Order: sequence, then structure tokens, then C-alpha cells
Amino acid sequence: MNLIKQVAIILGFWFAGELLSYITKIPIPGSILGMLLIVLALEFKIIKPTRVKLVANFLLNNMAMFFIPAGVGIMCHFKILKQEWLPISVAIVISALLVLTVVGKLMERKND
Amino acid sequence: MISFLNTPLFQVSLTLVVFITAKKLQNKYKSPLLNPILITVLVVIGFLLISDISYDDYKKHTMVISFWLAPSVIALGYALYNFIEEIKSDVKRILLAMFLGSLTGIVSVIGFAYLFGASKLTIISLAPKSVTTPIAIEVSKEMGGVPSLTVAFVIVVGIFGAVFGHSFLKIIGVKNAKAVGLSLGASAHALGTASISEKGPDYSAFGGLGMALNGIITAIIAPWVVQLAIFLLY
Repeated sequence: MNLIKQVAIILGFWFAGELLSYITKIPIPGSILGMLLIVLALEFKIIKPTRVKLVANFLLNNMAMFFIPAGVGIMCHFKILKQEWLPISVAIVISALLVLTVVGKLMERKND
Repeated sequence: MISFLNTPLFQVSLTLVVFITAKKLQNKYKSPLLNPILITVLVVIGFLLISDISYDDYKKHTMVISFWLAPSVIALGYALYNFIEEIKSDVKRILLAMFLGSLTGIVSVIGFAYLFGASKLTIISLAPKSVTTPIAIEVSKEMGGVPSLTVAFVIVVGIFGAVFGHSFLKIIGVKNAKAVGLSLGASAHALGTASISEKGPDYSAFGGLGMALNGIITAIIAPWVVQLAIFLLY
């Protein structure tokens, strides 16, 4: 029963985020707003961390798996990927490595 | 036979079994190429092509898996909260790093795609590539890109970041959990975050923060950067 309650709380924050995104029309998805809402709720002690801990940890530990159905969707774009594979892959690889370098180095500099 | 293969029971089980097996292989051989997401995606695509089952069927049948993606983004909020004091004490540097990171990501992907001859539509669709899928779709739509193509790019970036990101960071000497988490979340969204989530709660927390901040910053600045780029390049 405890687990079901935890799932319900997490879904509740998702729902609240979706609602907020729908009402305010900000171009930020409901799940991201829900994530910010749960941080606020925890920070202002509206809910205790233990109320979602078990399910949150389960979700975090298995996040990679939830991505697979979306990842398989890449098969629908083989054509364009094949046609423009060179500029696409060069741009993606260099850009991803640059972002890693900029953020990583700026955050690593002062060691803590 | 085919009708049995085209059921939620079979496709969900296949996805889970391949994923678990790939994870075991990775634990045993420690090669970044054995990334469980990459392997499972490839095996499932192979299965769908051979058995002539459409992606739409697979997508519908595995909703029970993909449904949990958004709740796991909510769970990142829980992870973040556990490090809230650390974030507060360093908020200026985090915001600066993230702003420069987002800008670098958008400008460099546009620049290199243009230099290597990508079409205008591809370039626009590439601009929000480092962002989590739902934000990327919105940004792409707003800028006149092709949302479903953007989703494909987001996934390619995510898989690339998940497979090579952490090794690359080690090579350039980025080691602390905060820097690793933020930069992987910023460059490869939830997939990058997922690739390090087992290393510790601090990695997931900063991965989630990197992903959220990059998503929000990109949603705000990408349309401007793209407009400016199109004005200058075309």
C-alpha cells in the first residue's frame, strides 16, 4: 500500500506540472515543471522525503530502461539520417563534446 | 506466430530481457560500447525489421515502459532536493556554466551542420538537440523545424552522450560528481543522466539539474540564436 501511495504522489506532481504548463502556456513540459514543483514541496516541507523515497529511487535507478521505446523510434528516420549522415554526425559529436567540456571544466575548476 | 510476436506481452518481455542481458554484459566487460540502451535499441530494431512489425505497434505495446519516463523526471526533483544546500551555495557558477554550455551547444551544432552542408530544415531541427525530448519538440515546432526529426536527433545525442560522455570527461580531467552530472545532463539530457545514475545519488541529482536548466535556457534562447543564424547564413 505504501508503494502505491508513493506512486500516486509522484503522478500527482506530474499532473500538477502538466496542468501548470497548460494553464500558463509556457513552452516548458509538464514533467520538468512537476520536477521543480516537487523540489519546492520538499523544500517548504509540504511533503516529507520519505513519502516518495522508495519509488523515486526505483525510478532513478531504472531511468535508462524507460527510454528504450523512444530510442527505437529512430528507425522511422533512417532515410534522412542516411542522406545527411555526415553533417549530422559531425555536428552532433563536436557539439556534444564542446558542451561537456564547457560545463565540465567550469564546474571542475574550483575543486569541491 | 507473428500475431504472438506482435503483443504487449512478448514485446515488453523482449525489451526487458535484452536490457537485463545487456546490463550483465556491461558489468562483466566494462566496455562503454556495451551500453545497455544502445544494445537494446539495436536488438529491438532488428527484431521489428525481421518480423515486419511497425514501430507504431511496438510503441503502443510498450507504453507500460515509456510511461515511467516522465515520473522518473519527477523523481529527479527528489534527487535534486537531497543536494539543495550544495546547489544553493554554488548557484552563480552553476547558472553561468549552464548558460555558456547551452549557448555553445546551439551555436556549435548550427555552425558545424552548416559547414558540412546540412539542409536548412535539418539545421533548424538540430538546434535543440541537447534538450530533453518534450522541450525539444516544443522548441523545434516554434522555430519551424521538423519535431519528429528533432526527436531522432535528441535520441542520437543522448545515446552518444550515454556511451562516450563519461569516458570523454575522464580524459579531459572532469571527475567530481557535480561537474560530471551537470555536464552530462546538459549535453545528453535524461539519457546522459541515466548513464551515470548508478554511480551515486549526487550524479543523478546534478544530471537532473543540468538537464532541467539546459532545457529551460535552450527554450528561451534557441529561437533567437536560430533566427540570427539564418539571417547571417542564408
